[in-house]
Amino acid sequence: MNFFRTVGRNTLNFIRAMGAGTLFLFDILAHSGDSILRPRLTVRQIYFAGVMSLLIVTVSGLFMGLVLGLQVYNILVQFKAADALGFAVAAALLREIGPVLAALLFASSAGGAMTSEIGLMKTTEQIEAMNVMAVNPVARIVAPRFWAGVLSMPVLAAVCNVAGIYGAYLIGVQHLGLDAGIFWSQMQAGVEWRYDVLNSLIKSFVFGAAVTLVAVYQGFHCQPTAEGILRATTRTVVISALAILAWDFVLTAFMFSG
Amino acid sequence: MKQHILEFWVGVFVMLGIAALVFLSLQVAGGGSGSLKSGSSYTVYANFTDIGGLKVKAPVKASGVVVGRVSGISLNPQTYEAQVSMELAENYTFSSDVAAQILTSGILGEQYIGLQQGGDPDNLQNGDTIAITNSAMVLENLIGKFMAGIIDKQE
Repeated sequence: MNFFRTVGRNTLNFIRAMGAGTLFLFDILAHSGDSILRPRLTVRQIYFAGVMSLLIVTVSGLFMGLVLGLQVYNILVQFKAADALGFAVAAALLREIGPVLAALLFASSAGGAMTSEIGLMKTTEQIEAMNVMAVNPVARIVAPRFWAGVLSMPVLAAVCNVAGIYGAYLIGVQHLGLDAGIFWSQMQAGVEWRYDVLNSLIKSFVFGAAVTLVAVYQGFHCQPTAEGILRATTRTVVISALAILAWDFVLTAFMFSG
Repeated sequence: MKQHILEFWVGVFVMLGIAALVFLSLQVAGGGSGSLKSGSSYTVYANFTDIGGLKVKAPVKASGVVVGRVSGISLNPQTYEAQVSMELAENYTFSSDVAAQILTSGILGEQYIGLQQGGDPDNLQNGDTIAITNSAMVLENLIGKFMAGIIDKQE
């Protein structure tokens, strides 16, 4: 009896959270006129969310490319197909690893920061003060952060891809001694603009929207205490990581199954 | 932080993203030169008894130059031959007695269709079928014939 109640409660809570998140998204979209037409606040948030994440995303992408280069080389060399290293790494990065890795890093650095910032604003009653001053807090605080995340994510993913491919180039060509011309020509023959590059871009857009929506939602709806902010930040990282991977599966199934 | 420093860094960030996308489009994806633009191509068909490992999007080459792509592969239910449709770029025309052959680049490489120009004055039209075809060399069949030859000699 209790078991069924627990399952039922959790299901209802899940549905309620999804509904509240969707309504919050509509609320953001309805109040995002200012952050697009007068992009001062959005630019400021792009700086904090995007530019500040640039270094970690670039370095992680580079290392991911180095590791992938080494591992894929070890497998390909067994089939005397080491020339395909460039294509293998570029396809893996563009289709899956680049957007997912960049989004996970973005969620844990910028997403967590957004949640705790908004949560602290709520705790110190700045949001209430805005309400009193007839300034809509969603338009003033939430929407610029949301759009900053949505716009930063594709840039970060593209930079991550380039860094990873450069890492594979360093390992493959400079370290393992593959021919540079074959490395690039195999990549160019295999990678297609629409199939790989554009889909990578679409993926990172979706991830950016998912991560920032989770981050601002958790921040805006957290318990206004120190512990509440802590919980909300943790939840942001956990939920957005799950959301990224789930969306990645869905998008991959649509994009790459045919 | 001052707004103009901030704007500067956001500008750098966005330009970096655009540069990365340009790099991905031109250097990694090869500027889309691998795929033909739709509208500027015509479709011809060819029947093969065995296509080996030919795949959709494999290149169609004449004298080593890519002139088109394989657009579809299906099995003809009457003749049990593989029907391959290919899109050729409109600026390349071939005579109607052109020969199509499935070739392999390297031993384990990708398979592609090689076209050999014939002597007929008429040109291949959209929807035509190439009559002279040469199927893929399947390594196992070759080895099988070779082994059979050795056994015959020994007997």
